[in-house]
Amino acid sequence: MVVFDKPHALSDAPLHYCPGCTHGIVHRLVAEVMDELGIEGRTIGIAPVGCSVMAYDYFNCDMIEAAHGRAPAVATGVKRSDPNNIVFTYQGDGDLASIGMAETVHSAARNENITVIFINNAIYGMTGGQMAPTSLPGQVTQTSPYGRDVSHCGFPIKVCEMLSQLDGPEYLERVAVNNVKNVKNAKKAIKKAFENQVNGKGFSLVEVISSCPTNWGMTPAKALAWIDEKMIPYYPLGVYKDRSAGK
Amino acid sequence: MSDKVLMKGNEAIAEAAIIAGCRHYFGYPITPQTEIAAYMAKRMPKIGGTFLQAESEIAAINMVYGVSATGKRVMTSSSSPGISLKGEGLSYLAGADLPALVVNVQRGGPGLGGIQPSQSDYFQATKGGAHGDFHMLVLAPASVQEMAELTVKGFALADKYRMTSMILADGTMGQMMEPVSLSFDIEEAPAKPWAVTGTKLERPHNIVNSLFLKPEELERTNFERYERYKYIEENEVMYEEYMMEDAEICVAAFGIAARVSKNAINEARAKGIKVGMIRPITLWPFPTKQFAAAAEKVKAFVSVELSMGQMIEDVRLAVNGKAPVTLCNRAGGMIPAPEQVLAAIEAANKGGN
Amino acid sequence: MKTTQYLFAGFGGQGILFAGKFLAYQGLNDGKNVSWLPSYGPEMRGGTASCSVIISDIPVGSPIVSNPDVLIAMNLPSLDKYESTVAPGGTIFVDSTLISRKVTRTDVTVHYIPATQMASDNKTPTLANMIIMGKVLAESGTFEDEEKVLAALQKVISAKRADMLDVNLGALRLGKDYQG
Repeated sequence: MVVFDKPHALSDAPLHYCPGCTHGIVHRLVAEVMDELGIEGRTIGIAPVGCSVMAYDYFNCDMIEAAHGRAPAVATGVKRSDPNNIVFTYQGDGDLASIGMAETVHSAARNENITVIFINNAIYGMTGGQMAPTSLPGQVTQTSPYGRDVSHCGFPIKVCEMLSQLDGPEYLERVAVNNVKNVKNAKKAIKKAFENQVNGKGFSLVEVISSCPTNWGMTPAKALAWIDEKMIPYYPLGVYKDRSAGK
Repeated sequence: MSDKVLMKGNEAIAEAAIIAGCRHYFGYPITPQTEIAAYMAKRMPKIGGTFLQAESEIAAINMVYGVSATGKRVMTSSSSPGISLKGEGLSYLAGADLPALVVNVQRGGPGLGGIQPSQSDYFQATKGGAHGDFHMLVLAPASVQEMAELTVKGFALADKYRMTSMILADGTMGQMMEPVSLSFDIEEAPAKPWAVTGTKLERPHNIVNSLFLKPEELERTNFERYERYKYIEENEVMYEEYMMEDAEICVAAFGIAARVSKNAINEARAKGIKVGMIRPITLWPFPTKQFAAAAEKVKAFVSVELSMGQMIEDVRLAVNGKAPVTLCNRAGGMIPAPEQVLAAIEAANKGGN
Repeated sequence: MKTTQYLFAGFGGQGILFAGKFLAYQGLNDGKNVSWLPSYGPEMRGGTASCSVIISDIPVGSPIVSNPDVLIAMNLPSLDKYESTVAPGGTIFVDSTLISRKVTRTDVTVHYIPATQMASDNKTPTLANMIIMGKVLAESGTFEDEEKVLAALQKVISAKRADMLDVNLGALRLGKDYQG
């Protein structure tokens, strides 16, 4: 009896992510959902610029690499080209909440029928650990070496809370992947975000609180604990909008 | 009675695009090209197409990138400052070898500039327009009829070479009305096996991408792309020669500048000056050979431009020192009067420069 | 071989561009080469609107009219701005309701038409443009065949507003018959 197998939608390419990085978990969850919904053959994924820039190699569905922050605009084009396409973007915090904020907000406002997987690990990973729009107050990074000083460079952006003020989006939920229970919830949320698209419900975004042990300067285990200690208190998990459920 | 209709240049572009099979338009309002968006907003919903006003020019060009990746004909349009914003997307389209049609109805610059006609985006259009080694096919209409014809042609060339075709017009061309006939033979778009249309679980996944982290690989894509560019330079040059048979002076002008120059050339001919014109229709590829051939016959060139002198550099490169090339120009939204061009022709004829 | 360059100028909202388009269709229907070029931009809102129309036996070179053979001035700023640019021997049509001064040039033919007043008296206050246009057509000898005039009107008035055809034709006739 097979108890564990690689999802079909996940390719055989070896992942380039650091030890303890949670991108791999989220990739797997997305691939499992594609398998379970039977949509891999009509899914087109949009990879961002950031650590997951090479996600186009890791999924077996058709993939597009977008310019930094522009994935929701590219996804809009793909979806409008053929509404039968299942289109998802996979974006980090710099991509989605800094350089691509306009594209994020406006695709949400249009209730563009796409699925957005938003990895919030409070740091720029690919360029080596600079301050992100979601870095916590006081968080030490390469470009906030004395800790994020909110009087100097402002406060972190709470994406789910902010987007929930719009009439447009269908579904916004924040999850985490730092323990088994949270991973199971994350899977449920990601599945719902794809199901919403299959059912024509509209813009569905899942913010996944993730870890970056390398750039946080922690062991993988410590990083997972830091999510509970620091990240989740600032970024509470939960459903921020679910129009079909009246929320 | 004529079967032709009077249309604004901007509207002619929009209708020609629809005739060419374009069903997706994304744009952001900016003078003097907004009629294109307005026309599309009206027509697209009625023919099952998509018009979407994007949140920015940046978003619009990336929506174009998305549709193009799926293999369909798609376009956007803007004017100078907006084209600068699209620069990022133009580079990505080139890097991913995606076809698209982009219209630039130029206005004066730099900066926010003005809204009156200009040709000062010549460098931007013909020398790449953004980061990296790349070219766009640059088509310069000089009539409303050509606005339509070059739009149709632009889609065909874009598909054929997997490149962006840019219509480089100006405020006059966009705003003026002339009789136009809209019957075209539309070539069917070639097969696009590279497009992301869903694998249907029947083929390995397609990836539309411009990232190559291995320099050897990135270099190879550049060299391959430039092989294609070389072929285009040899096969796709378009130009018009006007009264060049016995010409001793050659005017170089495109778009509205060529229209004004024709008036001046006719006046100069009436005065007995043997002057003609080479009007590039493709600005890239540039009619280098035609100017080089003219340099063997004529004694001087006059480049007439609505800029501080941009195309003149390509004319000089082609002429290669064999004859003087002078500039006759207005800038910032001003248009040279035929009298000014005539004076420049007369000066060139006397050999004074 | 004849080329006639027209410049229409007035306030935005006076139907300057519409009248120009109508005239261009007249030329097109006669098998002539034509071009129509509007001024555009913020000046259109409340300031001076103008449009250049060229009707020619030969292909139109520059669509820009800087020395019109025919100037139609529908407000004072337009006459002030363009009077001096009219080609010697040219013609100026003046809406004398809105322009009280006389043309100072002596080398041009001038027609004064109280078009705005006539439009108001005719209960078609928005059609001063077409009344003055009727005079322009009459003076250029292109109003002999009313069928042709109607054909050009049909090109600029959408089928949905067919009731406007007669009204516009009526305005054109008023201008044509005006003896000032």
